[in-house]
Amino acid sequence: MENLKAKAFELRKDIWKMIYRAKTGHVGGDFSVCDILISLYYKHMNVSPDKMNDPNRDRFILSKGHSVEAYYSVLADRGFFPKEDLETFSQYKSKYIGHPNNKINGIEMNSGSLGHGLAVAVGMALAGKMDKANYRVYTVMGDGELAEGSVWEGAMAAGHYKLDNLTAVIDRNRLQISGSTEDVMSQDSQDERWKSFGWHVIHANGNDLDELDAAFTLAKNTKGKPTMIIAETTKGYGISFIENKAAWHHKVATAEEFEAGLSELERRRLMANE
Amino acid sequence: MNKIANRQVICDVLIEKAKEDKDIVVLCSDSRGSASLAEFASTYPEQFVEVGIAEQNLVSISAGLAKCGKKSFAASPACFLSTRSMEQCKVDVAYSNTNVKLIGISGGVSYGALGMTHHSAQDIAALASIPNMRVYLPSDRLQTRALIENLLKDEKPAYIRVGRNPVEDVYEEGNVPFKMDEATVVSEGSDVTIIASGEMVKAAKDAAAELKDSGISARVLDMYCVKPIDEAAVIKAAKETKAIITIEEHSGIGGMGSMVSQIVAANEPKKVINLSLPDEPVITGKSQEVFDYYALNAAGIVKTAMELIKNEE
Repeated sequence: MENLKAKAFELRKDIWKMIYRAKTGHVGGDFSVCDILISLYYKHMNVSPDKMNDPNRDRFILSKGHSVEAYYSVLADRGFFPKEDLETFSQYKSKYIGHPNNKINGIEMNSGSLGHGLAVAVGMALAGKMDKANYRVYTVMGDGELAEGSVWEGAMAAGHYKLDNLTAVIDRNRLQISGSTEDVMSQDSQDERWKSFGWHVIHANGNDLDELDAAFTLAKNTKGKPTMIIAETTKGYGISFIENKAAWHHKVATAEEFEAGLSELERRRLMANE
Repeated sequence: MNKIANRQVICDVLIEKAKEDKDIVVLCSDSRGSASLAEFASTYPEQFVEVGIAEQNLVSISAGLAKCGKKSFAASPACFLSTRSMEQCKVDVAYSNTNVKLIGISGGVSYGALGMTHHSAQDIAALASIPNMRVYLPSDRLQTRALIENLLKDEKPAYIRVGRNPVEDVYEEGNVPFKMDEATVVSEGSDVTIIASGEMVKAAKDAAAELKDSGISARVLDMYCVKPIDEAAVIKAAKETKAIITIEEHSGIGGMGSMVSQIVAANEPKKVINLSLPDEPVITGKSQEVFDYYALNAAGIVKTAMELIKNEE
């Protein structure tokens, strides 16, 4: 099997380059969510470019749409579109804009405005139940996003309808654009919150593919309720000088930073390969 | 007097069609009674989704269902559906292009004395400004049926606003001229054109009859398709008649009248008078009392038309 741990750093290199080239992007969240996307797209979800319209495909919504660079890198690497397309990212007239758009192969729903993905995923999961279909529905939210009230409307309905074909993930990197999530709007006690809405809650290190693997497997085997995976992540994971720094939410590297970051990612990729 | 409300007709059509089409799904936000959809819910419980009092959820869940092949009909009071859920309508329905038909019930000032929270005098302005969102205001129960039957044939987003109470028929059983996205010519005329939407069409029709008695020939266009508006019919009216009156149960800002004025100004400049609700909370009263207070009735149209014709001469 492909070494996904090395892949995680290889894709981070693609993301780092994409943002440096375009001079725009949300690198911090891309790097925190990257392993979650890899676990889903290389291991757990039944999706591939040759069955984009298969009614039984698993469905995914990137609710934290600003992590689109990570999403694009994963989709391109999985063959949904050529990697070269991403050279146009955020450029004049490009369809590869700064948030997911379903004109792009492999993307189901447009997102970017926070607090939408979970409720849309609830609708998809309900459709699966109505059709007695076997597909599963996944969505990934940011932790800052949890301040949106609409998240809790979706949470309520998923619990009410006992949607065990739905798995949601929180990319719990503890930082948002203004600083610590706990300073902006307290997000601790997520366990109690989701459990009280009728969800099964799992904790995992969201930058550890083995832990994510176990969490997604457990979610698939959970019956009678939706599963929330609280993925404890590190914002900027992969390049030491951007890790856990709110400023790197959407900062663009200088030439020196770019080279240093690329070297570190390559070093870590090689280490993961050993 | 007709006793069947337009919202009831929507339920009737959906019950008829859902028998054959298992992909039709109706969603309500604790609004099955006010939407007249309780019968659908009890007839096809497996094709009905209750989301509770959560209009944003209503629209997003409808979009998710539609993305997985369902034909979603989301029914909720027009006031909440159009502005509380506006972003979900914009992002999850229009932008993501999902097959969701948004049914705004008890639209305009239907809720009368309940006040501005329950009035939707902004729904056209809010939703028509969103790319890929169509907006329809059917005039009577017969046209409502024709519209819903046609909308079931396409897979694109749309917002349909109906009122709470039964309204008098504009058309006759078995004689309902209807072409999708084309204004219906209720009466031909050469002096003045009255363009109306929704419940105001009946007032326009009555006004045309009164004007005829005074020797004024009024054309009446039922602009049920507010977006895409029938631009050709508007330009034709501007060319063939001396002036245009629009009338709608909506704010004068950003409604059908605004759209007509833009089209006329750009293509065939003529005098256009917009009859609409004021830019303030409306007075307390039942819908008809509110309409009468603001002259949104046949008498108001007749008076406006007489003045226009007098000034033209």
